[in-house]
Amino acid sequence: MELQAVLMAAGGGSRMTDLTYNTPKPMLPVGNKPLMWYPLNLLERVGFEEVIVITTKEVQKMMSTDPKMKVDVKMKLDVVCIQEDGDMGTADALRHIQQKIKTDILVVSCDLITDVALHEVVDLFRAHNATLAMLMSKTHEFTETVPGQKGKKKTAEQRDFVGVDQSGKRLLFMANEADLEDGLSVRKSIMRKHPRMHIKTGLVDAHLYCLKKAVVDFLTENKSISSIRGELVPYLVRKQFSKTINSQKMKDDTEDQTQKKNDGSTNHELLISSRDEPLLQLAQERSCWNDHHGDMSEAYHGGKLRCYVHIMDQGLCYRVNTLAAYIEANRMAPKLFEEPAVHPSAVISERCQMGSDSIIGALCQVADKTSIKRSTIGHSTAVKEKVRVTNSIIMHGVTVEEGCNIQGSVICSNAVIGRGADLKYCLVGNGQRIEPEAERTNEVIVGTDQLMEI
Amino acid sequence: MRLSGYLSIDSHFEIVASQNEGKELTKEEKQRLRKEKKQQKKGKEKKDDKASQESEKEKKPVSPAAPASQPPAQSTTQKAVPAPAPVSVPASEAPAPADKPAKSKAELKAERRARQEAERASKQGKKGDTGQPAATSKPKAPPNEMQPVVKRLPEHIQVDNPDVLKKLAKKLERQQIPLRSDYGYKVSLFSHLHQYSRKAPLTQQVSIPSTVIHPAIVRLGLQYSQGIVAGSNARSVALLHAFKQVIRDYTTPPNEELSRDLVNKLKPYISFLNQCRPLSASMGNAIKYIKKEISNIPSQCKEEEAKSKLLNCIECYINEKIILAAEAIAKSAIEKISDGDIILIYGCSSLVNHILCEAFEKSRKFRVIVVDSRPRLEGREALRRLVQKGISCTYVLISAVSYVLPEVSKVFLGAHALLANGYVMSRVGTSQIALVAKAFNVPVLVCCETYKFCERVQTDSFVSNELDDPDDLIVTRKGKTQLKDWQEVPSLGLLNLVYDVTPPDFVDLVITDLGLGMIPCTSVPVVLRVKNVDQ
Repeated sequence: MELQAVLMAAGGGSRMTDLTYNTPKPMLPVGNKPLMWYPLNLLERVGFEEVIVITTKEVQKMMSTDPKMKVDVKMKLDVVCIQEDGDMGTADALRHIQQKIKTDILVVSCDLITDVALHEVVDLFRAHNATLAMLMSKTHEFTETVPGQKGKKKTAEQRDFVGVDQSGKRLLFMANEADLEDGLSVRKSIMRKHPRMHIKTGLVDAHLYCLKKAVVDFLTENKSISSIRGELVPYLVRKQFSKTINSQKMKDDTEDQTQKKNDGSTNHELLISSRDEPLLQLAQERSCWNDHHGDMSEAYHGGKLRCYVHIMDQGLCYRVNTLAAYIEANRMAPKLFEEPAVHPSAVISERCQMGSDSIIGALCQVADKTSIKRSTIGHSTAVKEKVRVTNSIIMHGVTVEEGCNIQGSVICSNAVIGRGADLKYCLVGNGQRIEPEAERTNEVIVGTDQLMEI
Repeated sequence: MRLSGYLSIDSHFEIVASQNEGKELTKEEKQRLRKEKKQQKKGKEKKDDKASQESEKEKKPVSPAAPASQPPAQSTTQKAVPAPAPVSVPASEAPAPADKPAKSKAELKAERRARQEAERASKQGKKGDTGQPAATSKPKAPPNEMQPVVKRLPEHIQVDNPDVLKKLAKKLERQQIPLRSDYGYKVSLFSHLHQYSRKAPLTQQVSIPSTVIHPAIVRLGLQYSQGIVAGSNARSVALLHAFKQVIRDYTTPPNEELSRDLVNKLKPYISFLNQCRPLSASMGNAIKYIKKEISNIPSQCKEEEAKSKLLNCIECYINEKIILAAEAIAKSAIEKISDGDIILIYGCSSLVNHILCEAFEKSRKFRVIVVDSRPRLEGREALRRLVQKGISCTYVLISAVSYVLPEVSKVFLGAHALLANGYVMSRVGTSQIALVAKAFNVPVLVCCETYKFCERVQTDSFVSNELDDPDDLIVTRKGKTQLKDWQEVPSLGLLNLVYDVTPPDFVDLVITDLGLGMIPCTSVPVVLRVKNVDQ
């Protein structure tokens, strides 16, 4: 078997608590499908037959009842539950399932919505015998107004500095702005080997990683690493240029035994050791190919640990971990699949004006004289007469009474919007009731028990 | 008189080589033989036969595959003799190379038609038979003589024939291997060859994770198509390495024999690799060897034992044919390198690099001139390896070769394959170097291991070659890419050839292993014959 897929679906959605306090992030509806359906669909399309899903018990329960998951997902899902409140990072989760992992793995995050040609990432992994291959994408600016946002959009997220070589494929440097206090320093060893490096900041990490099995084994030895993105990836990228990784020295030299003990123990596991290593070496020596030109070193500078990145410049790639991303994803998601916009079981009256870019879920009831534009309406939602819904996301089981005007808002499940309410850019939490004739603009309406404790 | 046709005296192809050596007989030949035997019993008129055959021979001194058939005139009463074929052979040799494949196809059709007619006639003759057709009796020995010269062309040089393409598509579908589509406009002289784009790898159509094709093979195919593993030695070693992994992961299904099933398992993998990049001659020989070894495994052998035996065979093959051969060749070649020599090399040949490094270690004093050419610019890699050792080198592009040749004392060339008629198939540009060297009276030495000796015969670079990605020729200088939109210009075609053939007149010596040391180029068929007898 070549690759095993692992889907990380235990994340909390800490950056959009308003949406996730009742529904766990993996099951948030995007385009009327649960969020985790998208990466699963991606894996299914390229040919995976089994996926290991790491998630919480709650999500597992919801998964088994959700119609979309049962019908559409034909792969075998091996669900592993972990504690919800535990501080388990993604790397900890990998350590947890170490027993199940028999080959190289492809780790995907549940909040990734993309139409990337997965073979681009996996080909880098295969062709160069890489230890890590990941996917990144150019950031798209979110243009929609986010409910509940006060003031200008802050720079908020700290930038990631990503350094790639001239071909744009080899990953040389990765650091987050938060870790760089007085400036970005690049090691001389990197500059000597790759004199031309392109540093990019406008990239979003898709959290899709191909990792060698040796890395998983390495994780079991080093329990200090708890997050793949935060710690493991920068560690691997740094280790590419570490002096101790030199296979020729490592082999029989006795002096290096001491070196091995200090730093080598970590490197030792990461080194690719296949049974026919000498044959591979021979083939590489006889091959007249080199990945760089201009200096005296052999291909890959003799390094065994290599990290590659595929940067997408076209196509969709969203990580739904903020409200803005969630809204944007809802807008774009219909492009990813070809289901009819209006579910066949929805009851829509003839005098309803529906734009072609709206999605109506199953068992909906849309009454007369309503106007629905650029919106997503979840299943089992009832929309009464004379309602105008524009640019909004309405989840499941919502009741919208007559005469409402909803614009640019997100209405969570089981909410009730009273008659004649006028909501602009609001976020209505789960199960909330908006009183009739209410007028709210740019507000987040959630229950008092969900308000954050300071 | 020089032949300009594509003939292959290979067991794969049903082409009859010569009168004396009876090679594989096709079904039709066998049928004919049976019919003849029957006729022979009834009575013979051999003499007429031989007379007609000799006249045929005189008519066609050219076709080496001997005068095959008898003139149609006589065949009405005769039996099952393929008449017309050879008549069209000389005709086919005349026209331009490009038309060759087409002509021979037409010629094949004509042969088939004539054969059918002859058989029909002979059946009628049989019914009302009394006289046996003279030739009828073609004695068993030279049934080959009747055979047409060219029976079947390999499919990879018949890309412009839609039937062949359909057959290929069907075969790939059966083996569940995706079909790689050709890319871009092909120059008309080479439209019979495949041309693929590196940006459309075959892995686009292979599932991830690959289940039909072993992951080691997918990785190998990817490395071939991207050029990460390039050079015939490297490709063979990588291929054998991948086969080792396949064999390790192989389990015999119930009710199957390892010797037969494993070979069948390998066939789709080989098709896949062929689609990624056409197989090299060295790879072909390695595959033949492995297949032979697998089929020779006795059926009582237990699976583990058989597998370890195979893995051992592969190790031995690599050791003998590549590693030890390189050392033997280096030993012979070093005798030819004297102090004060200025040696010219072309491109990056692993064997030539090895020789020069060994010579340098044995403290010979020499200088090297590395000649390089676009678009591959492999010479840079050779330059790097030599300079790393400490050898003083000069680097020029192939356009400067006639300027540097007056100073050169010897030229060392590597080879991709050595053909049975003494021609050297190597990276495109090699024949130019050999030509110019000949003009300057500089000795040209070709270094080649025996496992690259191939039974093919080729006299020009058109008939069988490899077309690389045409986009490799596009270069950006000072921010401008002139050829960026070459596809939109209807009359523009980009041609990126990979191989060319050098005639033996330009090569002075071939340095090879197997205890042969230095042989002239024309001794290659002898070596092949001896090798085959040994094996």
